[in-house]
Amino acid sequence: MSSFLAAHGTELVVKTWEQLYISAIALGLGILVAVPLGIALTRFPRTAKVVIAIASMLQTVPSLALLALMIPLFGIGQVPAIVALFIYSLLPILRNTYIGMEDVSPTLKDSAKGMGMTPLQSIFQVEIPMAMPVIMAGIRLSAVYVIAWATLASYIGAGGLGDLIFNGLNLFQPDLIIGGTIPVTLLALLVDYALGRLEKRLTPHTGREEVGQ
Amino acid sequence: MATAQPIVQYLDVNKVYRGGNVAVEHINLTIERGDFVCLIGTSGSGKTTTMRMINRMLEPTGGQILFNGEDIHKKDPVKLRRQIGYVIQNIGLMPHMTLYENITLVPKLLKWPEAKRRAKAESLIKMVELPVDYLDRYPAELSGGQQQRIGVIRALAADQDLILMDEPFGALDPITRESLQELVKSLQEKLGKTVVFVTHDMDEALKLATKIVVMDGGHIIQNATPAELLQHPANQFVRDLIGEERLIQARADVTTVGAIMLKNPAVITPGKSLPEAIALMRKRRVDTLLVVDDNGYLKGFIDVESLTHQYQKSTAVADIMQTKLFYVQETALLRDSVDRILKRGLKYVPVVDADNKLRGIVTRASLVDMVYDTIWGGDNDNGDASNPEPVDQEPAEGGGVNE
Repeated sequence: MSSFLAAHGTELVVKTWEQLYISAIALGLGILVAVPLGIALTRFPRTAKVVIAIASMLQTVPSLALLALMIPLFGIGQVPAIVALFIYSLLPILRNTYIGMEDVSPTLKDSAKGMGMTPLQSIFQVEIPMAMPVIMAGIRLSAVYVIAWATLASYIGAGGLGDLIFNGLNLFQPDLIIGGTIPVTLLALLVDYALGRLEKRLTPHTGREEVGQ
Repeated sequence: MATAQPIVQYLDVNKVYRGGNVAVEHINLTIERGDFVCLIGTSGSGKTTTMRMINRMLEPTGGQILFNGEDIHKKDPVKLRRQIGYVIQNIGLMPHMTLYENITLVPKLLKWPEAKRRAKAESLIKMVELPVDYLDRYPAELSGGQQQRIGVIRALAADQDLILMDEPFGALDPITRESLQELVKSLQEKLGKTVVFVTHDMDEALKLATKIVVMDGGHIIQNATPAELLQHPANQFVRDLIGEERLIQARADVTTVGAIMLKNPAVITPGKSLPEAIALMRKRRVDTLLVVDDNGYLKGFIDVESLTHQYQKSTAVADIMQTKLFYVQETALLRDSVDRILKRGLKYVPVVDADNKLRGIVTRASLVDMVYDTIWGGDNDNGDASNPEPVDQEPAEGGGVNE
């Protein structure tokens, strides 16, 4: 263990950082696109079906194939990896945002509108707060996927912890494989936990918790 | 131009959904300031549609709706809605906002300063008898009835003159519902608000409304005060909606004394002599005579007892006439008069009009008819039909008992 860290410690830190960095950018872009898109889609239910179907289809493309497909478009390196992971992150966020917004009780939407909220006020003051737990669940799911799949990004030269694992595979060195895998898992768990904390903070208080306890 | 103007006016309003489904048709309705209008009908009658067109939650496909004389179609719907209170069946409090935030939602949209909002919320929550510290609680911490109280005052928070309520108490238990009905009625009267209230519950409508608008199949069937509705249901549909039982029971509630009085009581003028009085009593078989002057004004009465005592000493009716007399107004509700008649143990009560002219009498026997009808069902179809049996004999029955 300590000898492994002595030999690969610096590399491990650098690769972990790369992994996190690629994932974070992909996820960030995913949120920036999918959340507003999901909200917008609730206003156009017919388009929504088509868009979600397309997003689902993209999800079924094997991850390695998707990464490979990026090469003719963006070459190799971090950019194609980020684009591919971004595409993967879209569906869970998009679908959860859409469902979350759709599930906001019609009573509340009616009430908000009837009291004289503009559509934007209704979205920001009522619908998004109410849909927040579902939207956050989609983001957490996407985050875990993206961090795990970012490992494959090393295949197209994006770096990350995948480098360690692929090296291990090529050189038949199980300690490299394990040494690369464990940080990926830890990273995913850690990010999921952090996002969970964020979800709690973002989810509006309703007073129900106190009553329940 | 404001005061005399009706607050809401429907001018031949139609609402046809895509696909040709007619929701409402040819709606012409005027809602006066201070009215409590109940829209009542079965599901699909168009009552909710009619109400929701006022704040443009639904757009009419034809006709015009005026709010304070202005065509609402020319107003910004968001601004319009902020002027109109809105209470819905499922309460619709925002679960993620405190009661304070919920109550002051519209004032906040209208950018009232914080201090004014706080003062408003505090005065409103006191009005519905909830403690002020509840303002910091969340809706989930309240019972359904308490939540709807907040729902009601939320609709008043921006000083809206017109409040729309869409079956607001439908989901509440009967006791809670009743207390909320009383609350709304008293708030409406106290604050002089105009309320448009959708319900399918006739009891609720009769209790709250000053005007009841009965709807069926997208049309207004009848627009009347509760008393008019009970007395003159426009057709069988309205009668069914009210329910035969309620119609019969209501008869006592809305029947006036004038409707059941006997119109030809035994009377005498003050100037007549006592022998004439005796002769009249014998002829009409009564033991008392009402005394009226030549113009028909009620003056008093004479009975057979004083007549025998005074027979030798006096000569004219005026001398022995007793002027202490219990009588009721022709327009008084029978319901209110029955109790008094029974409690005082009177055999009959004279009925006078507003000028104190004698119009007739109500006897215990006519009360028996009313009770009979209530128990056995009305045998006559029009609720206001007067006494099924004649007549002027009835005072005689009183006399008979006395002897």
